[in-house]
Amino acid sequence: MSLRADTPAPTTPTSEVRRFGRSQKWVHRATAALMGVCVATAACLYIPQFAELVGRRELVVRVHEWAGLALPFPVLFGLFSRGFRADLGALNRFGPHDRTWLRAALRRDKRRASRPAAKFNAGQKIYASWIAGATLVMLGTGLLMWFTHLTPLMWRTSATFVHDWLALTIGIVLAGHIGMALGDPEARRGLRTGSVSRRWAEREHPLWRP
Amino acid sequence: MDQPGQEDQERGAPIGRRVLLGTLGLGALGVVAAPTLQRGMESFLAGASQNDPTGLTGLLPNGGGFRYYSVTSSVPRKNAETYRLKIDGLVDRPATYTLADLRAMPQTRMVKDVQCVTGWRVPGTPFEGVRLSSLLDAAGVRSSAGAVRFTCFDGAYSESLTLDQARRADVLVALRMQDKNLGHSHGGPVRLYVAPMYFYKSAKWLSGITVTENVRPGYWEERGYDIDAWVGKSNGRDDEPTS
Repeated sequence: MSLRADTPAPTTPTSEVRRFGRSQKWVHRATAALMGVCVATAACLYIPQFAELVGRRELVVRVHEWAGLALPFPVLFGLFSRGFRADLGALNRFGPHDRTWLRAALRRDKRRASRPAAKFNAGQKIYASWIAGATLVMLGTGLLMWFTHLTPLMWRTSATFVHDWLALTIGIVLAGHIGMALGDPEARRGLRTGSVSRRWAEREHPLWRP
Repeated sequence: MDQPGQEDQERGAPIGRRVLLGTLGLGALGVVAAPTLQRGMESFLAGASQNDPTGLTGLLPNGGGFRYYSVTSSVPRKNAETYRLKIDGLVDRPATYTLADLRAMPQTRMVKDVQCVTGWRVPGTPFEGVRLSSLLDAAGVRSSAGAVRFTCFDGAYSESLTLDQARRADVLVALRMQDKNLGHSHGGPVRLYVAPMYFYKSAKWLSGITVTENVRPGYWEERGYDIDAWVGKSNGRDDEPTS
């Protein structure tokens, strides 16, 4: 087959559409792995039962710090890819249909017609922007806690406070993100293989023109 | 590049960027407002944890209660038969105490706050045990001595105090906490309790007291923590003093 999946000829409607390229898939995988390490080590540092099970506090702290430091890099490397940059642009821009989607989500209106979405729906856009911001806040407060003698007194206690509460919030939001992915096998296939069925794309992302 | 109304309506307001920057701004604001927020949160959670049968509030940041920290992968368990506390170094009468020996000595009970250097604080915690100063007096500290080093049966942890600090009345070799015998996860059967200092000075699973000439940095102190760990006056923190 010489025809690339991302440019299907109008006369031959393929049942598959290309959703993600290699860069998006790997950025997501690497970010997810690093975030997973951060969450797992955080649990071992924070929840007494896990701490008792694992011990080795010094090692767990080091792994947590370095995984956190590495967390933004997959996205930064992704910026070299045009496809990834285009997706970031799509996540950034909100059209009138996103307003409709969000209003419906707030009313718990699950009808297809009230949830218009292009490549990413409004919920995915909000999630992506928020988790990016939250990651940077965690990085900043984490660095303040790491290099303890570089910052004035008050800053460290305050950074710990923000780091702790934001960690809890991220944990809950992340659980929601994973929960929604578990509920949608086709969306997961999109990130695993890069392709989704045309039926799914038309149903979930009717305004998306792949 | 911004042409509204283009093909798939992907052009529009850059809300994503605003959400990201807004989150960053809130984070920065949180750091600035943390002292106020933290006070409110602590008093609210302290109240909530009083009527919380599930104990879930204990898992929240500043939710009260102790946290378990160990620097090794597993810690052996010791009981009344197997536990020994050895006192040696620059003393005239080195000694080894069993748990029963320690229990037979005069006990001191203190109720003070516990403050961890990572931020958590447990208010009004009773500790009970033998004053370290009485053990040192019984061993007969030589005039050349200047410090005391503590070792632990977890095999890795160590701590030390100057002789003056070690002789304070609020430094105990603790056998009981919260009016119960010290359990394994709290450093039992015997731990150090240095009331005026951050809790990492209160070495768990205490098994050795060695009188030395100079202070030798302990486990966490070799990793950047202050040796003189007065609560509120060290480690870049400004907590209320505990003793």
